[in-house]
Amino acid sequence: MIQFFQSIGRNTLDTVRGIGAASIMLAQALIGKPQPVKMFSLLMRQLYVVGVQSMLIILISGLFIGMVLGLQGYTILVDFGAEQALGPMVALSLLRELGPVVTALLFAGRAGSALTAEIGLMRATEQLSSLEMMAVDPLRRVVAPRFWAGFISMPLLAFMFSAVGIYGGYFVGVQWLGVDDGAFWSVMQSSVDWQHDVMNGFIKSVVFAVVVTWIALYKGYTAMPTSPGISAATTQTVVYSSLAVLGLDFVLTALMFG
Amino acid sequence: MEARKIEFLVGVFVTAAIAAIVFLAMQVANNTDATRGETYTLYAKFDNIGGLKVRSPVKVGGVVVGRVSRITLDREYFEPLVEMRISVDFKGFPDTSSASILTSGLLGEQYIGLEPGFIDEDVFTLEHGDYIYNTNSAIVLENLIGQFLFSQGGD
Repeated sequence: MIQFFQSIGRNTLDTVRGIGAASIMLAQALIGKPQPVKMFSLLMRQLYVVGVQSMLIILISGLFIGMVLGLQGYTILVDFGAEQALGPMVALSLLRELGPVVTALLFAGRAGSALTAEIGLMRATEQLSSLEMMAVDPLRRVVAPRFWAGFISMPLLAFMFSAVGIYGGYFVGVQWLGVDDGAFWSVMQSSVDWQHDVMNGFIKSVVFAVVVTWIALYKGYTAMPTSPGISAATTQTVVYSSLAVLGLDFVLTALMFG
Repeated sequence: MEARKIEFLVGVFVTAAIAAIVFLAMQVANNTDATRGETYTLYAKFDNIGGLKVRSPVKVGGVVVGRVSRITLDREYFEPLVEMRISVDFKGFPDTSSASILTSGLLGEQYIGLEPGFIDEDVFTLEHGDYIYNTNSAIVLENLIGQFLFSQGGD
């Protein structure tokens, strides 16, 4: 019995300690005198690694998810003679939910795990300690550019995902299944609102960007400097960020559209 | 990989994202909405608003001129009070105009149909904050069936 309560207490304390340490890490990495010239090339490099290299998987997944939405939506809507509603169905589900969420999940798998493994290996091979020996703050030099790169690129990727997905839905619905071209776009335009749908989706993807990148960086930075340690940290990154994204998505949806 | 190539690819990435945002803005979202830009407010009291919602359109002969911005209950007579924002492009409806709550199609959404009234020299135009007094409430199917059954019973 005592052990039971003790384990609850220990887990709670560990969780709180972890959140605190992660916040301190992020604050130390981001707060400080800005160094625009030095940061720019580092940020460019990370935007390439985090953003550009994730673009292909995001575009292809977006296209296929849009096409599946078009196909599934059509088979259901045609029963009610409401196949004109295919446009808003595809656009709203992509802009509000699937765009931000699936982008965040793919991003956690594609870029988040890579960030964790990279920083974890840097710690294991004592590159971070050597940076400190040279009086270079590894938080500013290694963590900050990666954080900003994730923060900038994920909302952009989510926009691309939605745009490509809508085109995929158009391709299947209009070109293949024969929904009327004009009705598809005009009904979509009359029910999608820039502020309410597009901007709320954008806010979601910004929140997910912070959460996913933050978890990936913290897990990498605090990984045990051994092979199993890095492997565990990479797994934890993907698991924790996926759970955090899905949980936060429910909260944000309830606040925005509830 | 040299810095030049990285910068080029990041440039392509950002351009693709901007293209996606422009596509969403121009093709997907409605930015030609009558309620974007400057609006003025009109009020109307109804007996029953049916399924009217905030952001339902206000139409004149099928053309969207504004949207419902607020629905409350009048404190004095407990009647539904609907606040509409009409685009300033469509100013100067006469105060003999009437507002009805209509349904688009059999199962469609409900909207406010504004019917412009006659104009002569002692008719004023509707300005910001004015009330529309001629209103027709939403048709409630249950009431309609009730009336039908009642009239059947009379024979």
